[in-house]
Amino acid sequence: MPKITYKDFRGDTKTIEVENGLTVMEGAIQNEIPGIDADCGGSMACATCHIYVDEKWLNKIPKAEEAEEDMIDMAFEPKKNSRLSCQIIVNDELDGLEVTTPEKQT
Amino acid sequence: MKKTDVIIIGAGPIGLFAVHQLGIKGLKAVVIDNLDKAGGQCIELYPDKPIYDIPAVPECTGEQLTTRLLEQIKPFKTELFLNERVDEVDKERDNWVVKTNNKKEFIAPNIIIAGGVGSFEPRKLSLKELEKFEGKSVFYAVRNKEHFKNKKISIFGGGDSALDWALELSKFSKITLIHRRNEFRGAQHTLSELRKLEKEGKVSIKTQCQIEAFDNEKELKSITIKFEDGKKEKILTDVILGFFGLIMKLGPIAEWGLNMDKKTIEVNPKNFETNKKGIFAAGDICSYPGKLKLILSGFHEVALASVECFKRARPNEKYKFEFTTSSKTIQNRLGKK
Ligand SMILES: Cc1cc2nc3c(=O)[nH]c(=O)nc-3n(C[C@H](O)[C@H](O)[C@H](O)COP(=O)(O)OP(=O)(O)OC[C@H]3O[C@@H](n4cnc5c(N)ncnc54)[C@H](O)[C@@H]3O)c2cc1C
Ligand code: FES
Repeated sequence: MPKITYKDFRGDTKTIEVENGLTVMEGAIQNEIPGIDADCGGSMACATCHIYVDEKWLNKIPKAEEAEEDMIDMAFEPKKNSRLSCQIIVNDELDGLEVTTPEKQT
Repeated sequence: MKKTDVIIIGAGPIGLFAVHQLGIKGLKAVVIDNLDKAGGQCIELYPDKPIYDIPAVPECTGEQLTTRLLEQIKPFKTELFLNERVDEVDKERDNWVVKTNNKKEFIAPNIIIAGGVGSFEPRKLSLKELEKFEGKSVFYAVRNKEHFKNKKISIFGGGDSALDWALELSKFSKITLIHRRNEFRGAQHTLSELRKLEKEGKVSIKTQCQIEAFDNEKELKSITIKFEDGKKEKILTDVILGFFGLIMKLGPIAEWGLNMDKKTIEVNPKNFETNKKGIFAAGDICSYPGKLKLILSGFHEVALASVECFKRARPNEKYKFEFTTSSKTIQNRLGKK
């Protein structure tokens, strides 16, 4: 199973194995990783699953659709490497992915 | 103080259907919601998206579902109190007293909390220190246009609210529209009008930048924005308007002494009562083994909760199970002959 590393804003990291087909958000929720709220349950309507993707991984993930970018506008402190973790689906190619959770979601 | 049989907190689909289930049992209710309209997530987050899993309704949008629910509960003439956030819940002998942020008070033997993921509130700018200016020079909605005349206004956001207000307020104020990326998601014709005004020097538009600081004095005088390339710019500003949409905040619900599991309220799945007698929770806000956050589950939950509400509101009457197709009493309550 691909390993995903979640880093919080202080720099503490947790690496977990996430099943292929789950989203980076689901991986976090199922493993009680703090820092991701996911209030809308992955329907791209809340932006509380906002994360920053490690720069070297940005190009390996399918680009955000326009609707995702629109939602990121509403996230707390969006940056260039902002994504919604409910829109990133885990597969073998993402083994080793590193994401950082923002200081807070709202 | 208004007295009723059941106070419903939340006018989402579940709060609205609760009115129906209580109404056919002859119970009176009031509904309170922080939003300016009924419908909860359906109206606020996905009014135009189709829902496919409402039993016997193959397809309807969030807005249609809300309209139909409102129509279904019309016969009960229930009062909806909108723009009111329930802040306090206190016990008074066998009753519960509910207070809102605007100091409205209600009393009833029962409360049904159908609060979803919490009340919808505007998302705020990330600089926490700006809080002290809220309501004075920092706003997240325009209630009265008069307050925004002859000002230097910095408007943040890329959606319709930001564009519409930039255009409207540019008639009598100096506007700077600030957005974190180049693309605006608001209506393109509004944007082209703004671009025209920009060329004429009447509006200024800054993109790929965010607020970084403000001059932290008694009054707001200017803000500093930072561009993606690291450049900074100071903008004279005496009013900030932020339009970042709404966020659901659990808010006051967490402080009412109810047993919580993360952001949800634990209930007994027999009658959806919480750990406090007479306080029920249904819809997305409740949790019990196997809970699914679906509209149809919420409908079932309020049906059961309404039976227990009846027993508490009418202790001297016996609850009688009835079908709407065959009960004359129910049909009368629905205004059918
Ligand atoms: C994009 C999207 C698509 C969805 N699609 C489906 C689908 O296809 N099928 C399905 O079954 N479900 C779907 N859902 C889920 C469904 O919308 C929710 O299950 C449903 O809205 C829950 O209803 P509710 O009445 O419990 O809460 P909500 O709809 O969240 O309403 C709660 C209301 O309570 C108010 N409130 C909360 N606290 C307070 C307070 N203290 N004072 C005053 N008011 C308060 C809020 O302002 C809000 O209006 C979807 C959700 C989303 C986001
Ligand atoms: S979980 Fe709500 S947008 Fe991702």
